[in-house]
Amino acid sequence: MAWRNIWRNKKRTALTMFSIIFAIFLSMFTKSMQMGTFGSMISNAVKMSTGYIQIHKSGYWENKTINETFLVTNNIIQTLNKNTNVSTYLQRFESFALSSSGAHTKGAMVIGTVPEIEDELNSYSKKIVRGKYINANERSINIGEELADYLKVNVGDSLVLLGQGYHGVTAAAQYEIKGILHFPIPQLNKQLVLMPLKECQYFYAAENRLTSISIMLNDAESVDKTVDDIKNQLTAAYEVMSWQEMNKELVQFVDTKVIGGVIMLSILYIVIGFGLFGTVMMMTMERRKEFAIMISIGMKKLKLLSIVFWETILIGFVAVLTGIILTFPILLYFSHNPIVLKGEFAKSMEIIGAEPLMPFVINYEMFINQTLSIIIIAFVAIIYPLFFILKFDVLKAMRS
Amino acid sequence: MSIIKTVGLTKIYDEETIPVNALSNVSLEFNEGEFSAIIGPSGCGKTTLLNLIGGLDSPTSGEVIIDGTNITTLSSKDIIDFRLNNIGFVFQAYNLVPVLTAKENVEFIMQLQGISKEEREPRVLQLFEQIGLSDRLNNRPGKLSGGQQQRVAVARALASKPKFVLADEPTANLDSKSTNNLLDIMLKLNELENTTFIFSTHDSRVIDRARRLITLDDGKVIKDEE
Repeated sequence: MAWRNIWRNKKRTALTMFSIIFAIFLSMFTKSMQMGTFGSMISNAVKMSTGYIQIHKSGYWENKTINETFLVTNNIIQTLNKNTNVSTYLQRFESFALSSSGAHTKGAMVIGTVPEIEDELNSYSKKIVRGKYINANERSINIGEELADYLKVNVGDSLVLLGQGYHGVTAAAQYEIKGILHFPIPQLNKQLVLMPLKECQYFYAAENRLTSISIMLNDAESVDKTVDDIKNQLTAAYEVMSWQEMNKELVQFVDTKVIGGVIMLSILYIVIGFGLFGTVMMMTMERRKEFAIMISIGMKKLKLLSIVFWETILIGFVAVLTGIILTFPILLYFSHNPIVLKGEFAKSMEIIGAEPLMPFVINYEMFINQTLSIIIIAFVAIIYPLFFILKFDVLKAMRS
Repeated sequence: MSIIKTVGLTKIYDEETIPVNALSNVSLEFNEGEFSAIIGPSGCGKTTLLNLIGGLDSPTSGEVIIDGTNITTLSSKDIIDFRLNNIGFVFQAYNLVPVLTAKENVEFIMQLQGISKEEREPRVLQLFEQIGLSDRLNNRPGKLSGGQQQRVAVARALASKPKFVLADEPTANLDSKSTNNLLDIMLKLNELENTTFIFSTHDSRVIDRARRLITLDDGKVIKDEE
C-alpha cells in the first residue's frame, strides 16, 4: 500500500527522488575525488619526505642535529623485515653543508640515501635532466638544477662540500657531479645534494649511523597499529613517528578541506531534507480526509503511522539505490582513468610534488554513509507528519 | 431486540465561546434488522447523531449503549477497535482508498480484523455478487462510476459483519437510477444478513424506502414513526 501511495503523484515523487539521486551523485563524486586527491597528496608527501612511519633516535625530531643520529642495529632491521605491513624501508642520512665551486658558495641540503630504493619510491632517475643517476657504491653526487645554475657547475664538474661531521669533526670533500636533477619543488631544486648513503656517512664521519629510516606500508590505513608494533620491538632510545605526527600541516590542510566538504554536504542534505519533508507533508495533508475515513472504519493510528513511515523510507531507499547504481560506474571509470589536469592546475600540483592528476577512490564506506545519511534525513523528515497523524482530529478532517 | 440505545444524548459545540446545541436530550432505540432513516433539514443534527452513535464524536452528556456496551466511556484506542468489529460506515463521497482495487478496498477492513485470506476470499466474492459487481473486482475506484463506488463502499461496510451500518447521506451524489439500485442492494443485504441500516438523509427516494423515519429539528426528535 505504501509503495502504491508514493506513486499517486508520480511527478512529485519522481522530482523528490531525482533531487536525492542528484545529491547522492554530487556527494559521492566530490567525496571520491576528495579522497583520491588527498590520498595522492599524502602518498606523494610521505614518499618524498617522511614515509608513512619514521624511526629516529629519541629527540631527533625536536632537535635535528647530526649528533642525534643512531646506529642501525640487527634488531631494527629484523623488526622491519618481520612486520608484514612494511612494504619497504629507506635508510637516510640528512644534514647540511656548504657547497662551493670556484667563487660560488651556497648552503646545501645533503641527503645520503640508498639510490635504488629512493628511485623506486620517488623515481629520481626520471628527474635527471643532465648526466646520470647515482649508484650505491660510487663516489659521486646528483644536485638540484637551480643549485647547479647558481654554482655554475655541470655534469663532470667537481663540487666541494664543507660541513660539520659527527661529534664536531670537520667534514670536507670534493665530489664529481654525475647528474643534475630537476624537481617541481623549488626548495629541492635550489638546495639538494644527493649522494649514496655509505659515502654520505663517510663524509660526515658517521659510519653506519642514520638520521632516519623511512618506512612504506602495504596498508596505509594501519599506520597507528604498525607504529605500535614497531615501538613494542624497539627500546626507548628510538622514536617511532607516524606521518601524521611529522606532517601536521598536511593533516591540518586535509582536515580543513574535509570539514569544508562536510559543511557543503550538510547544506546539500538540509536542502534535500526539506524537499523530502515537503513531499511527505503534502502526501499527508492531502490525504487528511482519507486518513479520517480509515480511522473511522477501524484502522488504528499506529498502522496509519507505519504506512506513512514506509512511504518516506521507500522514497529515500529507492532514490539512494538508484543514485548508487548510477554513480558507481562513473566513479569506477574515473578511479581507473583519473582526470588529467592541465594549465595552472597542473603546475600547482607539480609544485607540491604531485602528479597533475585528479584521482578518484571508491570506498565502500562512502556508499554505506550515503545510505545512512538519507535514511536519517527520512527519519527526521517524517517526525512532523507522524506527530500530525497522532494528533489527528477525525471529524475535523472529514469535514475538510 | 434493541442493539443501539441512546440515552439523553446531548451535544453542544463551542461550549466556551458561542454554544451551539447540535443535539438535545435525544433518546432512541434501534432494533436488530432495522432499516431506518434520520431525516430533517440541514443543520438539524442528523450527522451529529450518526457520529455519536458511531463513536466518532463524544457527547456533551448522555450515553450511547451498543449491545450492552456504553461506548461513550471507551478510550480512543478501544473505540477504534469497537468500530472495526461492530459498525459499518457508508459516506456521502464513497471514500474508497484510491490506490486499492475494489476487491482490496472490501478486503482491507477484514485484514484490519486479522481475518485470514482463506476466510476473506469467499466473503469478498459473496459481497461482490450481492452488489452486482463481480466483474469489477480488480478495478480501482477511479475506473468505477459514482454508483458503483458507493456499492463497493456498502460492501466494505458489510465486510466485517458489523452489528449495524451507519450511512451518512449515501445517495447525495447519485442519480436516480444509481440511488434505486443502491437502495435495492442495501434492502437485499438488510434482509439477507439481518444487518441494521441507519441513514441520515433528506433524499425522498431513501425516505420512501425506509421502514422507520426519525425526524429531527433543532437537535430534537420531533417525530419517530414506523
